Amino acid sequence: MLEIEDLACLKGDRLLFRGLALRMMPGELLRVAGPNGVGKTSLLRLVTGLALAEAGVVRWHGLGIDRDREAFHRELLYLGHAPALHDLLTPLENLRFACAAAGDEVDEEICMQALVRIGLANQLDLPARVLSQGQRRRVGLARLFLSSQRRLWVLDEPFTALDVAAVSDLAQTLSDHCAAGGMVMLTTHQDAPFAVPPRVLDVGAYAC
Amino acid sequence: MLSTFFAVLRRDLLLAWRSRSDVLVTLAFFVIVVCLFPFGVGAEPNQLRAIAPGVLWVAALLACLLSLHRLFAQDYADGTLEQLLLSSEPAVLWVLAKVLAFWLTTGLPVVAVAPGLALLLDLEQGALPVLALSLALGTPILALLGAVGAALTLGLRGGGMLLALLILPLFVPVLIFGAGAVEAEASGTGALAHLLLLGGGLAGALALAPLACAAALRISTD
Repeated sequence: MLEIEDLACLKGDRLLFRGLALRMMPGELLRVAGPNGVGKTSLLRLVTGLALAEAGVVRWHGLGIDRDREAFHRELLYLGHAPALHDLLTPLENLRFACAAAGDEVDEEICMQALVRIGLANQLDLPARVLSQGQRRRVGLARLFLSSQRRLWVLDEPFTALDVAAVSDLAQTLSDHCAAGGMVMLTTHQDAPFAVPPRVLDVGAYAC
Repeated sequence: MLSTFFAVLRRDLLLAWRSRSDVLVTLAFFVIVVCLFPFGVGAEPNQLRAIAPGVLWVAALLACLLSLHRLFAQDYADGTLEQLLLSSEPAVLWVLAKVLAFWLTTGLPVVAVAPGLALLLDLEQGALPVLALSLALGTPILALLGAVGAALTLGLRGGGMLLALLILPLFVPVLIFGAGAVEAEASGTGALAHLLLLGGGLAGALALAPLACAAALRISTD
């Protein structure tokens, strides 16, 4: 269970939002909405613990996330704006490193299957610099198939640069994760075809 | 527990191999800086012999500084650093792996070619092992201290210049004991005391710098 209490975010010397409160239960899919610059990405970074809140707390299973950072990070998957790919490595090398860096030991064969499933079967041996934006995005998203044991998925604009088929496949994967008791928190400006319409949190309502 | 450590080490070494021209540039810089001195101060062997330890050490220090800003910059730009900070394993481990990979690709080549360059400056042959040893003990300290500076200046405008201002004063003790060891050996007083101090410095930096570096990286990505 994820709880946010009275959260405030300061960017530079501007207060983006304050008093933000939220409670997410297992199985929930939450869409963080609001116009550009309202603090959606900042909120996601606060939830992951990458950024420090000006005020308020984020709790995971009743414990502040900075109290037991490593236990929280074991249950968290965050995919940000930047795809975390190195141009000189192949998609397979990038994916294997991403899993190992996060602390998961994943077999090369399983990584390969994930990349094939997300539609990169022909790009496995190419350096990432020759991939298109959508393909780069997919390499990062392939981690979703390998991270079902991580309960909380925090995704920043996961649908950007993806084609229609990939968007609906991704939406299905997210719905499945929630159905299995996981939680998904995402930002998007697109209407994704979710089986159950997601709960919406409008950050604009807490803007200063 | 060590899977992150080895994954980062393997990746950074693989990347260094794929962009090996960067590694060669650092080494070429070291060689050229040392070779410039005889042109500047004249080719009088006694004079060259006297300045050799200092010249080699300052050149090694500048070569290290030259590539330090690359240590985290790429990972910061492409988001890998965020993912590493979200790892379920302690940040100290992968910071140490990054610094080790950095030293293996910039420090170790310098240690390897320094004795050859020392001959060019007519350094006494008996002092060559001490030179290599002092560099082998000293350059990891430079890498560890430099990593803290690189983490602190990450993402800042003009970070490279600031890094030099921030970190060069901290390199002074390493320079004193490193060059001092070679001088002491060449003059016959024995380099043991200097080398022990460098070893102690390395042990201290190894214990403390990764912690400081990890904390600085958290601040920089905030």
